[in-house]
Amino acid sequence: MDFAPKPSVEEFRASIQRFIADHLTPEMVERAHRTGTFHDWEFHRALAATGIIAEGMAGAGRESGRDPLELYVLFDEMGLAGAPFYGLANAMLVAGVIEQIGSEFHVAEVLPKFHSGEAIAALGYTEPGSGSDVAAAATRAERIPGHPGDEPVWLVNGSKMFTTLVHEAGYIILLTRTDPDLAKHRGLTMFLLPMDLPGIEFQAVETMGGDRTNITYFTDVHVPDRWRLGEVNGGWDVMKVALAYERGVFGNMNQGVTLLRRFVDWARTAERSDGTRLIDDPAVRRRLAKIAVDNEVTALLAIRPALIASQGKLPTTEGSVAKLYASEAYNRAAEACQEMAGVAGLLSPTHAAGEEWGFVDLAARDAPVTTIYGGTSEIQRNNIAEHRLGLPRAR
Amino acid sequence: MEPTEDQKTVRDAFARFFADRCPINVVRDAEPLGHSPALWARLRETGAPGMGVDEKLGGGGATAIDLLLLMQEAGKVLAPVPLAEHLAATRTLARTAAGRDAAWFGDAVEGDIIAVPALHPAVDGTARLVPGGAVADVVVALDGDELVAVRSDAPMTAPPNHACAPLADRGVRNGDRIVLADGPDAEALSARMRADWQLATAGALAGLSARALEIGIAYTQERRQFDRPIAAFQAVQQGLADLVGPIDGTTLLAARAAWADDSGDTAEAARLASMAFLACADVARNTTYRSLHYHGGYGVTLEYDIQLYFRRARGWPLVLGDPDDEYLRLADRLFGPAAPEVTR
Repeated sequence: MDFAPKPSVEEFRASIQRFIADHLTPEMVERAHRTGTFHDWEFHRALAATGIIAEGMAGAGRESGRDPLELYVLFDEMGLAGAPFYGLANAMLVAGVIEQIGSEFHVAEVLPKFHSGEAIAALGYTEPGSGSDVAAAATRAERIPGHPGDEPVWLVNGSKMFTTLVHEAGYIILLTRTDPDLAKHRGLTMFLLPMDLPGIEFQAVETMGGDRTNITYFTDVHVPDRWRLGEVNGGWDVMKVALAYERGVFGNMNQGVTLLRRFVDWARTAERSDGTRLIDDPAVRRRLAKIAVDNEVTALLAIRPALIASQGKLPTTEGSVAKLYASEAYNRAAEACQEMAGVAGLLSPTHAAGEEWGFVDLAARDAPVTTIYGGTSEIQRNNIAEHRLGLPRAR
Repeated sequence: MEPTEDQKTVRDAFARFFADRCPINVVRDAEPLGHSPALWARLRETGAPGMGVDEKLGGGGATAIDLLLLMQEAGKVLAPVPLAEHLAATRTLARTAAGRDAAWFGDAVEGDIIAVPALHPAVDGTARLVPGGAVADVVVALDGDELVAVRSDAPMTAPPNHACAPLADRGVRNGDRIVLADGPDAEALSARMRADWQLATAGALAGLSARALEIGIAYTQERRQFDRPIAAFQAVQQGLADLVGPIDGTTLLAARAAWADDSGDTAEAARLASMAFLACADVARNTTYRSLHYHGGYGVTLEYDIQLYFRRARGWPLVLGDPDDEYLRLADRLFGPAAPEVTR
């Protein structure tokens, strides 16, 4: 059993740390928090210019590309630095799906825009009426009867919830129902829509954690067939490819590390009313040590899917195991920090550049959503119960 | 993170050994003392007792990772032998000239005699409730500013206790008493012995948790209520699924601690051993609690094996004392010592 860091990966980590130091400004971080839009075009395009999005991830039917461990490190370092990376994650995810499933048209027309950083994508899976039960998507795509030989056109009607970054996106990957008569998972078709098609509108949805997301409406949107991704009624196969990316390496699960570091820094100076420092309180020290243990466990579980992918194998339930543990541990840590900070833990960030305070309240607001997005804890447990423990399917 | 082929060979060999030699009736028959001399004799034949000692000193020269894999397999079957204790004590003896020169050192490496560590300094010449102390020939303990190895007769009786563990008070000023080190060296060696014991115990607890989960899964698949196996109920499934990440993650943490030890980074190894110990203890407690719970009323009957796992999950780690005290020691490592005047 080897836990030595791979030299190539550590070299890459150092290069990403340098990139972040050179390109990420406090203003970018402040703007992301103020607007809730965790995407910054200047930062994103500078990163794209390094070629990292075009290089993509090796494996998954792709011969060349970055070591999955390097991409894990990319998002990990972004997270630790507080860099806005949602646009990057979505762009890499959709680029990966296009590479595996896209047509020549997608590869020629869209892929270069993701690779260069010109465009990012939003994810249109969830609907007002379907979240965890993503295959229950009701957004309708109907083929408009046309003349033989013409390119078929689809008429899309419906709405998608939690379409984060749709207000910045050039494209949205869209799960639609094309055949309501088929079984739930079989009547679905995936599209990749340019956001400038007439009939697409969105509204901001503000969240407790400060993220801005959106609800997106599709009203009689005419979609030429070339924007279809994968087979007609084969949308679930595309979805499986997309979910494999989402539960893999494109994210940051080590939020507890940043939280603990900031809290300890603060606790070294923060004084109680009796003049003692918070960091000297044994009760505080015990709780902080517990968070540190959770962080170590999280780090090992979080890197495991990337490590498996790095060896050319396919992770199975390891992503679910990591996501479940990491998000629940982050919530424990955020709760504990808020309690230890006492009333000061209730104070919100003021968004002033360089302002350090408010991170406890921010974490406490941010942590709950991590047990929801990308598959709720209950969905992860179902997945683990069924596919790891071999228990009967219970839904 | 995956075991190498050699490590798998070690693991599989001990898995077979314990499956053959330590079915659950061996654990039951060893109660209440918690020691099976017959199993120890068999284990002696495998070379396991001396595995942690350098080959030049007659030991097996095993890596810390191999020792961890051995302990995981021992933990899975609740092997009623003081193996974690013996490994920690013999490694400590081997680190000192006086230990290596002891007339009985070779016997300890062979496993002909059993050596165990006192986890707390002796008070007035007595080390209290030493793990394995009821059956050990040699106790390694801090006595004042000396680290001593004392050979005396094993009492072969233990106060009745939660885990049926062979605990006993042992005098450290009578018998054949060797001073291994004194002053700061004694402190440092004792701390390292404790870290070795913590890591070995973490391994045993990780194995215990893995098996306790398997037992829980097997029972819920077999037990039918409301016309179906209770494993078909989502409430039960989710509770079992919750245990996987903690078991996987803390088992990896223990392996990482062992890897740090093998890499020669003693301070990092000690930090990680403390973390792995705390985490594996926490997970073992929770896993055995849940697994027992899903047995319903049968879980608390002595007829079912899960209660054996439940009691050891608590009993093995608690001999070190309140985990909160260990969390405080860990905090000192992580954040530096607290200002003394406000230590409460």
